[in-house]
Amino acid sequence: MRTVECDVAVVGAGPAGLAAAARAKRCGAGRVVLMDRDRELGGILNQCIHNGFGLQLLSQELTGPEYAEHFINEARDAGVETMLDTMVLEVTRSRQIVAVNRTEGLIQANAKAIILAMGARERNRGGVIIPGMRPAGVFTAGAAQRFVNMEGYMPGKRIVVLGSGDIGLIMARRLTWEGAKVEAVLEILPFPSGLTRNIVQCLNDQGIPLYLSHTVVDIHGEERVEGVTVARVDSDLRPIPGTEWDIECDTLLLSVGLIPENELTRDVGGELDPVTGGPVVTDEMETSTPGIFACGNVVHIHDLVDNVTREAWTAGEGAARLAARQQPGGETIRTRAGDGVRYVAPHLLHLDNLVARDVRLFMRATRPAERVQVEAVVGGKVVFSKFERVVRPAEMVVLTIPPGKVSPGKASPDHAGGGSHPELVVRITPRDRDTAVEGGRKA
Amino acid sequence: MSRETAELTCIVCPVGCRLRATVEDGQLVEAQGNSCKRGAVYALDELCAPKRTVTSTVRVEGGFLPLVPVRTREPIPKDKIAQVLLDIAKIRIDAPIRIHQIVAADVAGTGIDVIASRSMSRVSAPRAE
Repeated sequence: MRTVECDVAVVGAGPAGLAAAARAKRCGAGRVVLMDRDRELGGILNQCIHNGFGLQLLSQELTGPEYAEHFINEARDAGVETMLDTMVLEVTRSRQIVAVNRTEGLIQANAKAIILAMGARERNRGGVIIPGMRPAGVFTAGAAQRFVNMEGYMPGKRIVVLGSGDIGLIMARRLTWEGAKVEAVLEILPFPSGLTRNIVQCLNDQGIPLYLSHTVVDIHGEERVEGVTVARVDSDLRPIPGTEWDIECDTLLLSVGLIPENELTRDVGGELDPVTGGPVVTDEMETSTPGIFACGNVVHIHDLVDNVTREAWTAGEGAARLAARQQPGGETIRTRAGDGVRYVAPHLLHLDNLVARDVRLFMRATRPAERVQVEAVVGGKVVFSKFERVVRPAEMVVLTIPPGKVSPGKASPDHAGGGSHPELVVRITPRDRDTAVEGGRKA
Repeated sequence: MSRETAELTCIVCPVGCRLRATVEDGQLVEAQGNSCKRGAVYALDELCAPKRTVTSTVRVEGGFLPLVPVRTREPIPKDKIAQVLLDIAKIRIDAPIRIHQIVAADVAGTGIDVIASRSMSRVSAPRAE
């Protein structure tokens, strides 16, 4: 069995893995090895042929494959070694990786730091429990995307999409443009789960109806889908009897959420966040297992790849620092999701980092709201806040705390609310309650 | 004189600002709600001559994959989308392909090229499954 000795090993060569590996190498790590089970680099970006990637980070509106190629080139130029067609079977607490591929068989990698960037998988029919027959023609939106955009197959001609996630919206337009008829998009929640711009350009532009507070309650057909029964749901998301109607279709696409792919993370035994389904991480993107880092959708589901790349850079820098034995030490402060916030990541912040550099917090709102302050609170005091005109659960909120806003004194247990663990609470509060601050501070 | 006021969601970037815009004789008279300049440009375009970037795929001979993703280099008039898609559907190109290589020049008389969204190497034998 071949043994690979390296400073940093990265699992998964999608946007997170590519950016993390390149950044680790640029930050001085020695040998950096990037492994992926697919035949080529880029991960799921290769099937996301629509535009809209890189607007924030590269100031260009790229398609997924272009965004991937940009970061593939960066990784190659930085000197990252890649291993394709390679499946990672095991990651251990002692930072060993066992992987397998066709040409070499079993491979062992010993790393000073490992970065987990496996991404996510789609929730499928079993995950949302739709009653009815089990005919062919029920696909996840991402599987259909791969068929249409990379393999050259159409999944069907008359389509119903369940769930208003971005992939489903993008596929509604894509299938329409390829000649299919998309009959409807159904969303069980009273608000869309995809980006507003996708509702506009993928549904409204194509004249595809979006039914909020609706779901599929039955699937018809024996060999092949022949139709679905849909119904309105009540405030507890239960179908309301008497509101059902049938839609004829040959295909049902599911766009009902992504689940972080954390089998390897669980094997390592680190702490997981029950809300995100991903590992608990520090502001270095290190998991609770020393030397094991994580970034991208494996930590929490992102809506913008630009944010994945930013998070991956942090992980790459953190891994390089660990390999060079320059990790921040000292005290940490825990983050917690307060009012109006479903979750916040990272979960643990180093006071040294809060003093020395920008610390970026990613969070999701629990419900849509307008004119709000996004606040970071330590010991009952707002240490930093910014104004947002609109927050939506579908669109991640980023709060970048500038250096020096949280000083070690402020975060000591005495000032942090009496508990033994000092914490930084993020909350989203209506703006009108806070009329003193004008304009809102920009992050 | 034609004067029109509309509520729009800006689709220039993922922020998705909600705009209220008024145009008069092809000029933007007022725009509210946009958080950057691009929002005002979008509002004028959207009310007078809406445009979209079209992304699709083209058949490839001898490529690593049977299809290559393509896009219009710039947004094209919305009413040309159907014709552009029909034209793109007829194209066959040979691998290898360079990213941003022109796949179809001046597609559907728009004056805008369709370009490849990725590079693709050539494979001599059909791809093994």
